Amino acid sequence: MSAQPASTFVEDRVSPLWHTVPWLLGIAFYFMAAGYLSLGTNILVYILLTLSLDLALGYAGIITLGHAAFFGFGAYAAGLFALHVYPEPVTGLVVATALTAVFAMLTGMLILHTQGVTLLMLTLAISILLAEWANRAHSVTGGDDGLQISMGPVLGQFRFDLWGNTAYLYSLAVLFIWFLVAWSVVHSPFGRSLDGIRQSPGRMRAIGTPVWWRLVAIYALSGAMAGTAGALSAQTTRFVGLNTLHVLISGIAVVMLVLGGTKRLYGAFIGAAIYVVVQDVAAKINPFYWMFVIGGLLMATVMFLEGGLMEVLDIARRRFRQLFARAKP
Amino acid sequence: MNGAATSALRVRGLCKNFGALAVAQSIDLDLAPGARMGLIGPNGAGKTTLINLLTGMLRPDAGSIELNGEAIGRMKPEDRVKRGLARTHQINTLLNETNVRDNVAIAIAEREKIAWRTLRFRPQWRDCLDEADERLREIGIAEVADRRVSELPYGRQRLLEIAIALALKPRVLLLDEPAAGVPSAESHIIHDVLERLPADIAILIIEHDMDVVFRFAREITVLVQGSILTQGEPAKIAADPEVRAVYLGRSVV
Repeated sequence: MSAQPASTFVEDRVSPLWHTVPWLLGIAFYFMAAGYLSLGTNILVYILLTLSLDLALGYAGIITLGHAAFFGFGAYAAGLFALHVYPEPVTGLVVATALTAVFAMLTGMLILHTQGVTLLMLTLAISILLAEWANRAHSVTGGDDGLQISMGPVLGQFRFDLWGNTAYLYSLAVLFIWFLVAWSVVHSPFGRSLDGIRQSPGRMRAIGTPVWWRLVAIYALSGAMAGTAGALSAQTTRFVGLNTLHVLISGIAVVMLVLGGTKRLYGAFIGAAIYVVVQDVAAKINPFYWMFVIGGLLMATVMFLEGGLMEVLDIARRRFRQLFARAKP
Repeated sequence: MNGAATSALRVRGLCKNFGALAVAQSIDLDLAPGARMGLIGPNGAGKTTLINLLTGMLRPDAGSIELNGEAIGRMKPEDRVKRGLARTHQINTLLNETNVRDNVAIAIAEREKIAWRTLRFRPQWRDCLDEADERLREIGIAEVADRRVSELPYGRQRLLEIAIALALKPRVLLLDEPAAGVPSAESHIIHDVLERLPADIAILIIEHDMDVVFRFAREITVLVQGSILTQGEPAKIAADPEVRAVYLGRSVV
């Protein structure tokens, strides 16, 4: 018997050194892409949103088109908190995250006994209801005009500057913390039980798993993470608008996730980065047809790469290892 | 109560109707610790329905279920499992994308109540994996521990169903046609495993293969149209003319 049983996770068969690559890239971007830091921050926000969707949709199999509700809820919570209570970003972020977690838990408790298309429609309905409420509640949300907010310095030390330096590093740090949480969750016994629930709720009930509670828990965690993404977006752009609650946000997150690869965590990184960069580049070439490029990429990915673009990296890594093995005598 | 304490599973007056169709009519059942009871009956007699009522997948209209003297009739399925009631499924219900070892380890994690853990979990999870290996060795499928369930031959998947149920350390085990779908050339493997099940577990087995039932069970309950026709030792059941009539003259042994 081998002492180290093969793991279900691809990542566990990979050298831990690979983990440094995305984060080193993230730091390198800060030093090398000075004019593009607001674009970079935008990518980081979308990575966080997509990562949150991976927990719910990818790992736990919760079919949802309602993550815009959590993104927008977090954005408005952070905006309103900064306007009316306290302008320090980290405090606002924690408060917005906690509130979104409660909101996600309550809505999850309402809808997570359903499955499939019913669940999909319910997530959509909640997100549309919230968006319509925000549209009508002009005195609170500013309605169509949105909210202009001014933020204090991060931890009382670092001001948000004109070039987006602080915003970028702040977002990168927040993403890193959430990534550690997500990593721990999906590799834990709790994460394994979610993976089981996605595959067969009946099997999990037969071994004594409280399926509904597990789903509510991961939905709340995922919602909290999406809420953080929304709060980051509000704080770093100093603006919250109705677009944060738009169903389109949910759709974009799903596209990013499928593009990058579900159940991989880093898939969110690749998917969100490619989406935002392609959108930026293609829109400069032709502002009307950039969606064609995204659509084409998505079709190619779904048809040829079951595991999303992460699979390209897997293939590259295997080739690399073969070459390396042959080079050795 | 003394009588209840000696029963591992005690069912009284269990009733369930699907509309006008009575699928369980005041069923009484007693399983002592270590019991080996066979549940037989023609198709549609309500055998699987009875298992679903016992596990809580269906809600009974009336009647009581006691597990080791504790009323479990109103509990959720997962709470019944935690109190020692395990089952296998007639049709494999496994985590097909997961490897065999993890299928068992996930059940052990659930039994050990560590399945909520997201922090400081590595040593406990390691223990679950080690125990899973042991369970797989006991049942004779240790060599496929690293394989995905979907790559496994059907017979091995049937064994895995049993291994998972045993990993829950049940006091009462419900086996729903453990040899269903297994080619007869391989079914002796299932029988061997059934013979070696821990003696202290009370077992209720549904099986169409009369050879298996009459070899394995020490008492047999015959279910017809949702009610119990007769109960008794295998020899008595085999000789019962009413039972023979139910099976349309087919030779029972």
